[in-house]
Amino acid sequence: MKTQTAHAGTVAPAGVAARPRRGRIRGSHHTHRTTVRWLLAPAVIFLLVWMLVPLAMTFYYSFENYNLMMPMDRGFAGILNYQLLFDDPIFWAALGNTLVLVFFSLILTVGFGLALALLFNRTFPLRGVARTLAVAPFFVMPVVAGLIWKNMLMHPVYGLFAWAFRSLGLEPIDWLAQYPMSSVVIMITWMWTPFALLVLLTGLQSLPEDQLEAVRLDGANRWQEFRYIVLPHLGQVIYVVLMLESIFFLTSFAEIYTTTSGGPGTATTNLPYYIYLNAFFQYDIGTSSAGAIAAVVLANVFAIFLIRFVSGNLNAGANR
Amino acid sequence: MSTPVDIDQSRQGLGGVLLTLLAYAVALLMFFPLFWMLLTAFKTEQTAVSLVPQLFFTPTLDSFREAMAQGSTYNHYAWNSLVTAVGSTLIGLVLTIPAAYAMAFYPNKRTDFTLVWMVSTKFIPAVGVLIPIFLVYRSLGLLDTRFGLLMLYTAMNLPIMVWMVYSYFRDIPKDIIEAADIDGAGVLQTMVRVILPLALPGLASTALLVTILAWNESFWSIMVTNHEASTLAAFIASFRSAEGLYWAKLSAGSVLAVAPIVVLGWCAQRQMVRGLTFGAVK
Repeated sequence: MKTQTAHAGTVAPAGVAARPRRGRIRGSHHTHRTTVRWLLAPAVIFLLVWMLVPLAMTFYYSFENYNLMMPMDRGFAGILNYQLLFDDPIFWAALGNTLVLVFFSLILTVGFGLALALLFNRTFPLRGVARTLAVAPFFVMPVVAGLIWKNMLMHPVYGLFAWAFRSLGLEPIDWLAQYPMSSVVIMITWMWTPFALLVLLTGLQSLPEDQLEAVRLDGANRWQEFRYIVLPHLGQVIYVVLMLESIFFLTSFAEIYTTTSGGPGTATTNLPYYIYLNAFFQYDIGTSSAGAIAAVVLANVFAIFLIRFVSGNLNAGANR
Repeated sequence: MSTPVDIDQSRQGLGGVLLTLLAYAVALLMFFPLFWMLLTAFKTEQTAVSLVPQLFFTPTLDSFREAMAQGSTYNHYAWNSLVTAVGSTLIGLVLTIPAAYAMAFYPNKRTDFTLVWMVSTKFIPAVGVLIPIFLVYRSLGLLDTRFGLLMLYTAMNLPIMVWMVYSYFRDIPKDIIEAADIDGAGVLQTMVRVILPLALPGLASTALLVTILAWNESFWSIMVTNHEASTLAAFIASFRSAEGLYWAKLSAGSVLAVAPIVVLGWCAQRQMVRGLTFGAVK
């Protein structure tokens, strides 16, 4: 790694030296450029080594015959791993579960988040305290959240919900066994509604006050105010929340690991959990790498929109 | 927090009161699971699992005492959490500050690309790199080491850090750099003497955000550690198969692991929004 760094540092500046520079700071001399390159290199190299090289290796493994139980039996597998993956009904179940989880969690968190943001954007006594209590779940580590819900709330015998059902003379529900996916979505909604709330509230607070004043003077009612002023203003913010949350929800793992372990059966096995099972219990590096590539492709579908947005944001910043 | 625009200013009255009550109810409902965990932490193991949930009971500190006893396994995991979260933040800052500085004050043709590329690595799902990292770590002896975990946390948070610090640097007027330049200060000298002090609040909130993210992280801790380097998240996750056992202990451990972060998180709400949305929402 050291030699590569030195290589990049000494050779590259010569390559750009001839080109005119678009630097913001004029009159800085040649040494600056070399220094700047050195300043940037460690972070870039770190991300290359820890993220891009492993990603490339995953891609490579996905075309390899590679099972940890049969270390002698390695070699190029062509598209066999992908064929195995696409022939595996559990893969399709996991893909379906992933999409169901993402879809419903998105709808619920953004819906509740928006409602709560409007609720907490009013002035009322103790607003700070109430808002603080409402956003607390977001700061709780996912494993703790999962275990609170699984044990203390949803447990079929000792859980609070079971007690409530018994008190009402109803049969307690074994949530994680009877409604596994709904239970996971409920937990994720509890954890992530505060995120949507926080971001949307921040968005609401930058609402142009004069526009609101104007429509009020025009006699707009509350719905019209919301529909024509608040919602368009929030549109971009909602978009950001949707994109970010979808990437987080696509990679949900701890919530499932601590509660349902992907079950019963494959009812809550999502793509990350499926890859984990394949890699750590089947020792099948090849097929699980193919699964991992599928997960990366899926995440990219969402990420492309977000990255486009981030770079658009970048240019907006540059024009300041 | 800036003063919010009050949508309902002209229309309080009964509806307003009802909305306020609704807000209180929602706040209590959202917080309730955490309150229940807090309560359970003060129960004995017997009262923690009873068919009729106990709201009133004689509180005991036994579970906390056990967790915090000298040389307890809990302390071992808490120490690991602290070392990996703070360590990854410090290494992250060392990598981030020069990079963000170079991009903010000496941009060239490729700066935009580099920046977006760095941010985009955040969107690679962890499972996408899990298998090679596990295998490489295994052959290098990095499995179940604090160093190995710490480096993963640094990689996980670096894109957010670079983006945030870059955006804070961009808020600093360029004249300051030009003045330092004319005075003949070198790039490094300007960075350390002039820019860092100015960006200190931004750097602090960046550090706070990523420390929280690393502390709460569980995927890598579960995957690449076993006991030696396991963090609190992995330790708490190990309670997942204990059906109806050790609820008080689990709650006390969770309260200790979660409380400091919830408090820090409350303080850093605004920075969290800015950081997690990549500056799109401030």
